[in-house]
Amino acid sequence: MSTSTSYVPGIYVSPTSAPVTTTTTVFDPAGYVVSAAERRVIRWTIYVGFIALAAGISHGLAQALSYAHINILPYFPFLRSYYQGLTAHGVANAIIFTFAFSNGFLPLMLSRGLSRPLHKSLLWTSFALLVGGNVLIVFAITTNRASVLYTSYAPLQAHWTYYVGLVLVVLSTWAAALNMFLVLRSWRRDNAGARIPLLAYISFLSYVMWFLASLPIATEFLGFLIPWTVGLEPLTDPLLDRTLFWFTGHAIVYAWLLPAYVSWYALIPRQAGGKLISDSLTRMVFILFLLLSIPTGMHHQYTDPGIPEKMKMLQGVLTFGIFFPSLATAFSIMAALEIGGRARGGRGLLGWIRALPWGDPSFTAQVLAMLTFVLGGITGLINASYVMNELIHNTTWVPGHFHMTVGSAVALTIVGVSYWLVPYLTGRALWSRGLALASSWIYAVGIFVFARGMISNGLQGMPRRTFIAQAAYSRPEWHLGGIITGIGGTLMFIGLVLFLLVIVMTIVAGKRGEEPTDVPISETLTAPALTGWEPNLDRIGLWVLAAVVLILIAYGPFFATYLPPHFTSPGFRIF
Amino acid sequence: MKVHSYERSFLAVGAFGLLACIVALSYATFGMGMHLPDRVAKVEPKNIRTTAPFDHPGVRKTGPNEYEAVILAQIWTFSPQEIRVPVGSHVTFTVTSADVIHGFDIVGTRINMMAIPGQISRNSYTFREPGEHLLICHEYCGAAHHTMFAKVIVE
Repeated sequence: MSTSTSYVPGIYVSPTSAPVTTTTTVFDPAGYVVSAAERRVIRWTIYVGFIALAAGISHGLAQALSYAHINILPYFPFLRSYYQGLTAHGVANAIIFTFAFSNGFLPLMLSRGLSRPLHKSLLWTSFALLVGGNVLIVFAITTNRASVLYTSYAPLQAHWTYYVGLVLVVLSTWAAALNMFLVLRSWRRDNAGARIPLLAYISFLSYVMWFLASLPIATEFLGFLIPWTVGLEPLTDPLLDRTLFWFTGHAIVYAWLLPAYVSWYALIPRQAGGKLISDSLTRMVFILFLLLSIPTGMHHQYTDPGIPEKMKMLQGVLTFGIFFPSLATAFSIMAALEIGGRARGGRGLLGWIRALPWGDPSFTAQVLAMLTFVLGGITGLINASYVMNELIHNTTWVPGHFHMTVGSAVALTIVGVSYWLVPYLTGRALWSRGLALASSWIYAVGIFVFARGMISNGLQGMPRRTFIAQAAYSRPEWHLGGIITGIGGTLMFIGLVLFLLVIVMTIVAGKRGEEPTDVPISETLTAPALTGWEPNLDRIGLWVLAAVVLILIAYGPFFATYLPPHFTSPGFRIF
Repeated sequence: MKVHSYERSFLAVGAFGLLACIVALSYATFGMGMHLPDRVAKVEPKNIRTTAPFDHPGVRKTGPNEYEAVILAQIWTFSPQEIRVPVGSHVTFTVTSADVIHGFDIVGTRINMMAIPGQISRNSYTFREPGEHLLICHEYCGAAHHTMFAKVIVE
């Protein structure tokens, strides 16, 4: 690539000249240091996520083994059913782990990007809401009062503590978003006419999108499910609840993914020794996610009754649209990696790949995450193709797909980021680089094996969300895939146990004084433009308005032709 | 904003691929008649066993080689538990749920729908080969969800 010639060696080499094989320590040109008090609350916020990860993956193992007809459920204390554990797995790993990480990571990135402190009271508020929500959720799930799975489909009815707990978790994300909004607003007052630094911009947009996306599920829980479960409303409308859930429910996966993209765009190029190629293109990608993440939820409802086919098709087309920013991401990240590899002495067509810092566990975990996301993205396109969706909807294909997105692109990125972030936040160096590297490789191999089993069995019609080990039916074609799934799931479990071990040992026994002292912020080849149309990318309010218009176009016709609610269903507690 | 020519080509090829997918999907729907369930009608789950057509679930002939299969999903069974249709028949499935959300997936066919209380699900399929298909509830519907299935026999 011709752009690699503009690389100037030395600009972003750490003044302490950290060896390239360890987590990169980065020179801080601005000299801004995030305060110890802020680091403390951010650290504890992220620990909540690690605890949730530990709780969730134990049942993940039980599920993977269930597909191989091995039942380890009797060894779990508290657990009364497969579905109780499945609820715990989904809530703990997909919701708590991810949002706890984002609640800490995104405000930190914004603060560092703007060189400006966060509001500590809001950080603690966000933390308290997260913990409070978790206490209620753990109570509801461990006492088998909420075995409704994370989708919470009415008229299966959970105890109020489950719904209120989830609402508190969403409020914790709003507190984090508000914190970022206030800090950015005051920065803009002090820096009239300046472009928002890229790292702060993309971190903020991630939670702007999520805030907008979370309004339908807030409506579902506060307006319908909570009044219904406490008896204020005797009946609910299952299709309306479900539609409100998916109105948020597809965008939620981008709320999990965008923090990973923040790291891929703004941090990984530096960790690889390269630069991000385009400032404006990066901003446009995040704008496209803001515009397109939400008006696509109905592709989860292709097989639902009560929704006109043409509305499903429109959202299907928009779903194809949202693949586009991910394509742009694939190119940008690859280019940044190539610049890094060549700067590190790689030669030839592919020689730059070998020159990348594969000894850095933070880098390696995230590049493996990107690799799994290639298949995750392609299987997602197949889901969006509604005719093919009729073959694989609610089969194990779907968890096969999303374990290659949230279950690896996101999870492995969080693993990789944690390998520099936890040392940065605790002041302790990473414990055992070797185990840290092993954890990511084992997990990445595990996810490919696991997904191979899930995907092939899904094509053969094996249902998801089903206790296959004790199902009343079976098909011979499912046996091999089930065994493969069990093996892959076991590897994934081992990989994450190693990750948790490395993190715990880093926290308690990491060497002091050798930790990275700053966030590895990348530079871009082209600085943000100050004239022309590009400064309009920073007019976030305008883009939110455009997103709302698109949402109205995509969802307006459904609500206009469907409402008022068709209240039909009392609650069922049959778990 | 300068976009590198490699990147421009990459994005153009990608965008073309996405458009091709959309064209292929439109052809499948409008050219080949593979439809998604559409909006049919609302029903009252509490009266569902006395509401036509769910008061008499089962298969009935509606024309030459045309059949309608009316199936009621409830915890944790389908009624009827087995349906039989002749090879080559075009069958329209009309489904709803009496209680919670269930799944309705005839393995090995395109028939894959959600059964949602209060709504009627409908889609049709032509069975060209003889054989036995599993009809699985593939949405979690409570403690014994994994025991809920039926059979579709094509003879």
